[in-house]
Amino acid sequence: MSLGKLIERLLQLVPVLLGVSLIVFVMMALTPGDPVQIMIGDQNITPEQEDALRRGLGLDRPIVERFFVFLGNAMQGDFGQSFYHRRPVADVIAERLPATIELSLVALIVALVTAIPLGVLAAIRKNSIFDKLATVGSLLGVSLPGFWFGILLIMLFAVQWHILPVSGRIGYSSEIETITGFLLIDTLLRGNLPAFWDAVKHLILPAVTLGLPMTAILMRVTRTSMLEVLRQDYVTFADAKGLSRRRVLFRHALKNALIPTVSVAAIETGSLLGGNMIVETVFGWPGLGRLVVESIFLRNYPLVQAAVLLYAVIYVGLNFFADILYTILNPRVKL
Amino acid sequence: MSALLEVRGLRTVFHTRAGEVWAVDGVDVEVRRGECLGIVGESGSGKSVTFASVMGLVRSPGRVAEGQILFEGRDLRALSLREMRAVRGKEIAMTMQDALTALNPALTVGEQIREALEAHDETLPARGQPRRAAIRAKSVEMLGLVGIPSAESRLRQYPHEFSGGMRQRIMIAIALACRPKLLIADEPTTALDVTIQAQVLELITDIRARLGMSVVLITHDLGVVAEHCDRVMVMYAGQVVESGPTAEVIATPRHPYTRGLLASIPRPGLRGQPIRPIEGQVPDLIGMAPQCRFYSRCPVRREACLAPVAMRPAGAGRSARCVLLDEVPA
Repeated sequence: MSLGKLIERLLQLVPVLLGVSLIVFVMMALTPGDPVQIMIGDQNITPEQEDALRRGLGLDRPIVERFFVFLGNAMQGDFGQSFYHRRPVADVIAERLPATIELSLVALIVALVTAIPLGVLAAIRKNSIFDKLATVGSLLGVSLPGFWFGILLIMLFAVQWHILPVSGRIGYSSEIETITGFLLIDTLLRGNLPAFWDAVKHLILPAVTLGLPMTAILMRVTRTSMLEVLRQDYVTFADAKGLSRRRVLFRHALKNALIPTVSVAAIETGSLLGGNMIVETVFGWPGLGRLVVESIFLRNYPLVQAAVLLYAVIYVGLNFFADILYTILNPRVKL
Repeated sequence: MSALLEVRGLRTVFHTRAGEVWAVDGVDVEVRRGECLGIVGESGSGKSVTFASVMGLVRSPGRVAEGQILFEGRDLRALSLREMRAVRGKEIAMTMQDALTALNPALTVGEQIREALEAHDETLPARGQPRRAAIRAKSVEMLGLVGIPSAESRLRQYPHEFSGGMRQRIMIAIALACRPKLLIADEPTTALDVTIQAQVLELITDIRARLGMSVVLITHDLGVVAEHCDRVMVMYAGQVVESGPTAEVIATPRHPYTRGLLASIPRPGLRGQPIRPIEGQVPDLIGMAPQCRFYSRCPVRREACLAPVAMRPAGAGRSARCVLLDEVPA
């Protein structure tokens, strides 16, 4: 990995971000609804007051001018004020981000930890009952919509059986003063084990809901690439050396089979971002996804702008990370 | 000389949608201690499957259906998978046609030698630094044996960082790491340039003499057999059609197929004359009638060939599967 390549990648980010900004700006402008009207609601205010409000938000200027003002400020790291919170957008996003990252990471881990062993097993026992069940399961996994599956889980585990909480990130009684913003870490740092378990319990359902489609996809990818790899000469040669089955399967086959799985996982992690909006809304998870959904309803332009830009950066970053991982796993490829 | 490997009546079948394919149909093989046995035949003649069967490496939908595979008197077919693993790599080792695909692209060459040693070599120290040092020394020794310079540093490299000939040598080094009694070299030169081919074959012959092991050389090149093998076995459509000492089989082939093979080789002395290929195609093995399998292509076929044809003695240490042997005294 040379410095030149790194700079090249960073430069590629520029047109992506410009394009994303423009598209989001235009789409928000085209969306019916007026943020000022939404803010006023049914309060009685004079037209003068309304104009003042509009001027204050900078919404009285033409859209082209607004776009360039936004770009200019954004390049200096200023994403403006959230219409709703009346605070800098960056601050509001920073507050919500750890909850989203925590949920996404746990969902990712859940997906990897279940998908890879299941995929390997399905490949080894090709055409067995287990393989067929896994195929049906993965088909369901990608087709069940998150909002439906999430609600189903809530109804079963929270409403019917009272095993897990309905929503939120942590119970009122367990709330702690945050340090990093990641509750799983903070509760442990504070030595508050009951609060840690409470946070874990709150995480299970949303993480499973969020991770399900990814689990399904990764399982299929792992199964397919494992089957492909098991047909290779180097697996036969490894067998001919008299190696243990475990070594042949995991060291020889899986190491190669994981190359596509890891690439897909890294890219699919980006799609967790989209899933977050739905899952966070269903589970009342106080993260960025729910904030963006709320902000879209409130026509909170600056916040949506900034959040979408952040998503784009994360997405490009994940792709870059996937490339790096690819070269680590596959010695034949150099970046 | 006693037999190291003795295969009797081996039948290996592949279950396909179109029907059962008897890829190996009643094959007998004898490999003596210290000898090099050449197995010749075209693609699909069953030569590779025969020895995959010996190694217990026939994969589904294939299956060894019948026969005995005696290695030093032990029937390998009766062994458990665990016992068979102790034979593979340790007693009988194998190299494959293309080292590029047979070496794992994601593991260093050093690891691929090391794991073979770790699986079988009981002379290694039990653990820790002495064990690692011993493995390292043996790995370097093996790479040196097959002529790879600066072996120490090359252990850390991946297969793609070597040339084709070097990869073939590395595969041989891995196969020989545990000093097997029998090396099955499956088309060791097919994927190589002509100049490298000669080097690799010299290497195998040289190591065979030094380690006193037996070699089965699977090839479709009769020239290679003539130069390196003590005895030769010619296979056609899943059966052995002729076997015997190499020089004699080449000088006086007894089976029309062997004759056809020899006639189809371009030779420097016959420059300008057309090469004579064997007419026709290898028969479809599905639903094959129990006749001589070479019948459809045989220039001297007769009515007796439509019945099953067994191997017949054809002189000292020789045999062939042809009814002509009954007519013409050997």
